[in-house]
Amino acid sequence: MSAPTLEVRNLRTHFFTRAGVVKAVDDVSFSVKAGQVMGLVGESGSGKTVTGFSIIGLVDPPGRITGGQILFKGRDLATLPEAEMRSLRGNRIAMIFQDPMMTLNPVLRIDTQMIETVQAHAKVSREEARQRSRDALGQVGIPSPDERLQSYPHQFSGGMRQRVAIAIALLHKPDVIVADEPTTALDVTIQGQILAEAQKLCTQFGTALVWITHDLSVVAGLADDIAVMYAGKVVESGPVAEVMDAPLHPYTLGLIGSVPSRNRRGEPLRQIPGMTPSLLNLPAGCAFRSRCPRAEPRCAEPPPMAEYRPGRHARCIHPHDEAVAA
Amino acid sequence: MTVFLLRRLLQAAAVVLVMSLLVFLGVFAIGDPIEILISPEADQFERERAIKALGLDLPLWQQYLVFLGNALQGDLGRSFVFNEPALKLILERMPATLELAIGATVLALLIGLPLGLYAGLKPNGALSKGIMATSILGFSLPTFWVGLMLIMVFAVQLGWLPSTGRGETVTLLGTRWSFLTLDGLAHMAMPTLNLALFKISLVIRLTRAGVRETMLMDYVKFARAKGLSPARVTFVHVFKNILIPVVTVVGLEFGGTIAFSVVTESVFAWPGMGKLIIDSINVLDRPVMVAYLMMIVLLFITINLVVDITYSLLDPRVRLEGKS
Ligand SMILES: Nc1ncnc2c1ncn2[C@@H]1O[C@H](COP(=O)(O)OP(=O)(O)OP(=O)(O)O)[C@@H](O)[C@H]1O
Ligand code: SF4
Ligand SMILES: [Mg+2]
Repeated sequence: MSAPTLEVRNLRTHFFTRAGVVKAVDDVSFSVKAGQVMGLVGESGSGKTVTGFSIIGLVDPPGRITGGQILFKGRDLATLPEAEMRSLRGNRIAMIFQDPMMTLNPVLRIDTQMIETVQAHAKVSREEARQRSRDALGQVGIPSPDERLQSYPHQFSGGMRQRVAIAIALLHKPDVIVADEPTTALDVTIQGQILAEAQKLCTQFGTALVWITHDLSVVAGLADDIAVMYAGKVVESGPVAEVMDAPLHPYTLGLIGSVPSRNRRGEPLRQIPGMTPSLLNLPAGCAFRSRCPRAEPRCAEPPPMAEYRPGRHARCIHPHDEAVAA
Repeated sequence: MTVFLLRRLLQAAAVVLVMSLLVFLGVFAIGDPIEILISPEADQFERERAIKALGLDLPLWQQYLVFLGNALQGDLGRSFVFNEPALKLILERMPATLELAIGATVLALLIGLPLGLYAGLKPNGALSKGIMATSILGFSLPTFWVGLMLIMVFAVQLGWLPSTGRGETVTLLGTRWSFLTLDGLAHMAMPTLNLALFKISLVIRLTRAGVRETMLMDYVKFARAKGLSPARVTFVHVFKNILIPVVTVVGLEFGGTIAFSVVTESVFAWPGMGKLIIDSINVLDRPVMVAYLMMIVLLFITINLVVDITYSLLDPRVRLEGKS
C-alpha cells in the first residue's frame, strides 16, 4: 500500500494557562491514506478539536505544540514556517468546523468568502474564481448556486451553511480534510446526507479525511480506521470493523456499550460510570483508572501504547484480550 | 424601507411635539426675561407695552400654542437681544459648529481606529498598554482645561496656532466655511483636537474591545483556516464586524459632540451655536434658547435615523422593515 498522506506521531499540544498546564493533546498518533477516512472519536474535552487545530497550524497562545510530528507527505508541519504553512492551509489541508452557525462571517456575502479562498491560493481572475465557487456549491448539493452566491450566511439554514463550509474546504481539492464534528449540530436526516456526500467527494478526489466525532455510530459506517481519544491521549486505534468487533481498551468497550443498537433494543443503555477527569493535574498512570472496571494496582503506572495484534494498538495494561491478558 | 421611513417620521414628529412642550416649559421656568430686558427706569406704561409686544402677558398655554403655531411655519420667535428671527441666528451659526463637530469625528476615527486596532491585535505589547493608558487621560481630563493648555502651549508659548475665531473663510452653498482655507484650518486645529479628545479615547476603546472579541470568533479562525493573509483577515473579516458598534456609538455620540461643543467654542471663541447659546442663557434670550434646543432635538432624531440606516447597510442581518 501507498504511504499515508498524513501521519501524526506522538503529537503533544499543551495550553500554558494561569491555572497550570492543560495537556489537551498528549501523545496522539494516527495516520490516513489518500481516499481513506480516519475516525477520531472521544468524549467532549478529550482533545479532538485541539488535535485538528494542531494539524492545520492554528493553535493560538497560550497553546503550543510541544512535541511530536505531523508529517504531511513527508514534511513536518509542526516545525513548518508560518508562511509555508499558510500556503498549505485551505489549499492542500482544509478544515471544517464544529458549528456551522459560527463558521461563516455574518457580514460578508458567500461569494466574497468563497472567491477570497480561491484567490488566496490560485492566480485566477475574479470571474474564474466565481465560476469555481459556483461549481463547488453545486457539488455539495446547493440548489441554484448562482443566486446563493449573492446571499449572506443568515439566509441559509444550518445544514446549508455546513454545505457551504464543505464547499469552501473542497475548493482546492485538498489532500487532507479535517472535519470537526461537522454534522453534530444538524438534524439526523441532514447528518446522513452530508456524511454520504462528504465521503463520496473524498473518495472521488482521493482526499484523506480525518473525521472527528464523539458519536461512535457515525464513525462505524464511515471510517476505515479509528482512533479513540481519552483525556488527550489515543487509547486505542485500528481498523474500524475490528475495533468495533473486539475492542481492546475498556474505555472503547464502554463507548460501544453506550451506543444504542438494534440487537439490544429494550435494554437500558450502559453508561460509563464516573466523569471525565480534569486535564489540569491529571494523576500519573492510566487516566481512565478511576472509571475502569478492570483497574488494578499496576494501572497507577502510565500504561504504554502497545500493539496487541497486527495494526491494533491500545494503551492499557489489562486489555480485553484473552490471548495477551496476563 | 419606505414603511420603515414613514413610521420613523411619525415617531419623530411625536418626539418633536413632546420635546417642544418640555423645552418650552423648561425654558419658561428658568427666569423672568423682563427683569433683564427692560431697563429698571422704564415706567409702568412702557413696561406693559414691552410685555405685550413680547407676548409675555398671555397665559402659559396660550404662549405655547402661539409658539407651536409659529414653529410650524418655521418661526421660532425673535431674539429679544438681536431682534432677529431666532432660527436665523441659530442657522447662521450652525455651520461653524457642524464644521467643528464633523472635524472632531473624522479626527477621532482617523486616530482612534488604527490605534484601537493595534491595541486589540497586540493586547500585551508595551505600546498597546501606553495607548490604553493615554486613552484614560482622554476620558478623564476636563475639556476646558485641555483647551486652555492647548492655547498655553501652541498659541502662547510656541506661537504656532491662532487661539480664537474661525480665521479666513470661503463661501460655499451660501455659508462660510473655515476648512477650505489654510488659515481657516489653522484656526480649526486646536478646537477640533480639543473636541475630539474624548471621542478618540472612545473609539480606541470600542475598537480594541471589538477586535479582541471578534478575533475569538469561529469565523475568524475559519478565515485563517482558508489560508488568507493576516492583512485580509484583519481588514476584511475583523474590521467589517467592529465597524458596526463603532459606527453606532460614534454616530449617536455626534449629537452629544454638538451639544458639548459649548465648552470648546467658549474656550476658543469659536462663533458657533454653542457660544450663541451661552450668551443667550446669560441674558435669558428665551426664543434663541428654545430655537437652539429644538434644533438639537431635530438633530438627534436625524442622527438616530442616519445611524439606523448605516447600521442596516453594515449588518446584513438587520432588516429595516422589521421592528424598529
Ligand atoms: N485556549 C485554551 N486554553 C486552555 N485550555 C484549552 C484551550 N482550548 C482548549 N482547551 C482545553 O483542551 C481540552 C480539549 O479541548 P477540545 O476542544 O479539543 O475538546 P474536544 O474533544 O474537541 O471536545 P468537544 O467534543 O466538546 O468539542 C479541553 O479540556 C479544553 O479545556
Ligand atoms: S490500564 Fe488499567 S485502568 Fe487503564 S484502562 Fe487498562 S485496565 Fe483500566
Ligand atoms: Mg471539539
